[in-house]
Amino acid sequence: MVSEATNTRKKSVLWDWLTTVDHKKIAILYLIAGALFFVKAGLMAVLFRIQLIAPEMEFISGQTFNELVTMHGTIMLFLAATPLIFAFANFAVPLQIGARDVAFPFVNSLGFWLFLSGGILLSISWFFGGAPDAGWTSYVPLASREFGGIGIDFYVLGLQISGFGTLVSGINFIVTIINMRAPGMTMMRLPLFVWTMLITSMLIVFAFTPLAAGLALLMLDRIFDAQFFIPGEGGNVVLWQHIFWIFGHPEVYILVLPAFGIISEVIPAFSKKRLFGYTSMVFAVLIIGFLSFMVWLHHMFTVGVGPIANSVFAIATMTIAVPTGIKIFNWLFTMWGGKIRFTTAMHFAASFVPTFVLGGVTGVMLAMAPVTHLYHDTYFVVAHFHYIIVGGIVLGLFAGFFYWYPKMFGHKLNETLGIIMFWLFYIGFHLTFFIQHILGLMGMPRRVYTFLEGQGLDTMNFISTIGAFLMSAAIIVLVVNIVYSALNSERVTVKDPWDARTLEWATHTPIPEYNFAQTPQVRSLDPVFYEKIHGNGEMKPVEPLDEIHMPNGSILPLIISIGLFIAGFGFISFHLDLFISPYVFIAVGGILTFGAMAARSLQNDHGYHIDKETVESMEKELS
Amino acid sequence: MAEHLDQSFEDSAMNSEEKRKINREQRTQIIAFAFMIGLTILAFLAVGAEGLPPIFTTPFILLLAFVQLILQLYYFMHLKDKDHGWPNSFMISGLVLAAPMIVALIMLLGVVKY
Repeated sequence: MVSEATNTRKKSVLWDWLTTVDHKKIAILYLIAGALFFVKAGLMAVLFRIQLIAPEMEFISGQTFNELVTMHGTIMLFLAATPLIFAFANFAVPLQIGARDVAFPFVNSLGFWLFLSGGILLSISWFFGGAPDAGWTSYVPLASREFGGIGIDFYVLGLQISGFGTLVSGINFIVTIINMRAPGMTMMRLPLFVWTMLITSMLIVFAFTPLAAGLALLMLDRIFDAQFFIPGEGGNVVLWQHIFWIFGHPEVYILVLPAFGIISEVIPAFSKKRLFGYTSMVFAVLIIGFLSFMVWLHHMFTVGVGPIANSVFAIATMTIAVPTGIKIFNWLFTMWGGKIRFTTAMHFAASFVPTFVLGGVTGVMLAMAPVTHLYHDTYFVVAHFHYIIVGGIVLGLFAGFFYWYPKMFGHKLNETLGIIMFWLFYIGFHLTFFIQHILGLMGMPRRVYTFLEGQGLDTMNFISTIGAFLMSAAIIVLVVNIVYSALNSERVTVKDPWDARTLEWATHTPIPEYNFAQTPQVRSLDPVFYEKIHGNGEMKPVEPLDEIHMPNGSILPLIISIGLFIAGFGFISFHLDLFISPYVFIAVGGILTFGAMAARSLQNDHGYHIDKETVESMEKELS
Repeated sequence: MAEHLDQSFEDSAMNSEEKRKINREQRTQIIAFAFMIGLTILAFLAVGAEGLPPIFTTPFILLLAFVQLILQLYYFMHLKDKDHGWPNSFMISGLVLAAPMIVALIMLLGVVKY
């Protein structure tokens, strides 16, 4: 057993963060990295919105426009939304089920570092002959070796590496939620955020595997001259579209289901009512998760797969509206008659509901196969999915951010600045994207870097760009808010600053590294609220206070990820003129990765114990 | 939750009965694994052998693949075991999701349009 010294030895702050396996710290790492990528992809959007502010602008070139659009989509979905979801999942899931950590803390940390190294690999493409430019979908033949630039190699390998990270994290959450629940926390007492994370993790396991397979095929095509997607040599370009959308459609739900979960936590907490129709919410999530796999073809209606296939997938797509409608009504009924407190989090959560409905309505419109030929590749589609992604996922993420911030960082965000930010963002969002529905119906094509004068598109494009500026201003207000609150805000010392309902609010603020000194007994859905009404307001423990077994931190996840980064860069550099041979990179990266994996396998790491006296003194200090 | 959380863990939490079960499990896994290696060798031989007509080889290796799949699921992925409700339900949902995709891909990527 590793001695107590591991725990007591003073570690430097940097080393601590690089080696941490604590789910709360990994959540903060995810939050910071995801936020940086979010800002980066947002700035890219502002750049190409400036290009589109007026007809025939020459702010950026067509090539740069393509690169910006591709990187905006790719980063937003894979490197901003996904890690931000994981940030909240990492933070809240173990707390909400009354666990000390996730099931595999080492794998959790590996998931983060893989995501980050994949993201950085994708981002350095700008310095090596240009970013990927074939759209975030990277359709072949546009993305083939013949037509696509070097950037697409970065796309393929960067996403492959960060996809590994997502996959292992997904498996980790499944195991955590199934095996690590506190006594009394039955499946039908799981908070909805945990339920949505369970379904999301299942979707990750079943959807990221096709993506990994597709990316592997594209990599073989591009780097090793295979011909899976080259029509002239017996390949099939439509195969890529199928594989991509078999992954791509569930990906939308991978992101939006946790947002549903966050909304289902925030609305009951600030309406002072239990969630209306809990069971129907759970089954709606299950059905949405299942159906999301059966509708990928609706992204390919205009490919020409035939009327029967189109009809089947059109109907399957529209079916998703039913469980989604159930959820929408349940949120409305939760608020109905509730004692609503309009905090910033509640602003975001409440505004999520109508905005998401708008996105859903245009979704049903797009699901009608015959009419889709009219909407295809216009701004109508852009408007639709931004209503889902910004009006759904991003609003949900902001709601979660303001809701969990006091637990994560020990102080609340300023409410006035928060509400200013909300209105700036909400108005900016509608200005940017609502008008794009009309632009699309007028026939403005997407992915085109400029438009001509006198087609009636000038004013609406101008308004759309102004909306993008407003959203940027909102993010600036958020940054100001974070800095201002960190300096001025009162420290939260109570366990439950919002008068909330679920188990994460039964921990001390700040949360000690072991979360719960004694595993709590869960007696109801909304356990904290139940104890306020039926008990003394404190969770009842199921075990005596004793020493606590914790996992040791490890630098190995970082080394594995750096190794994969170097090896990935080596595979790309087959088509780069570098003075170092690609094989050197591959060898160095391989040795680092497999060496670190071997070290992990051979090392006997039992973790350490926090002794009873330390736990007692920490508990006394915090309460 | 176990009753004896107030006591620290011993070397192994398993009693002799459980250890015996694990050993038996290990034995069946090794036998199944050896059998599967044998099947793989057989498949390679069938493809590599001169004189075997493709009309025989294709169904033959598909049959071997199917047997391997069953063995994989049954022995290695614990489909046979009791108390594996969660893993089994995950595997079955995986099959339920993957089967229509494969069917759809074969049909939609074929020459015929539906």
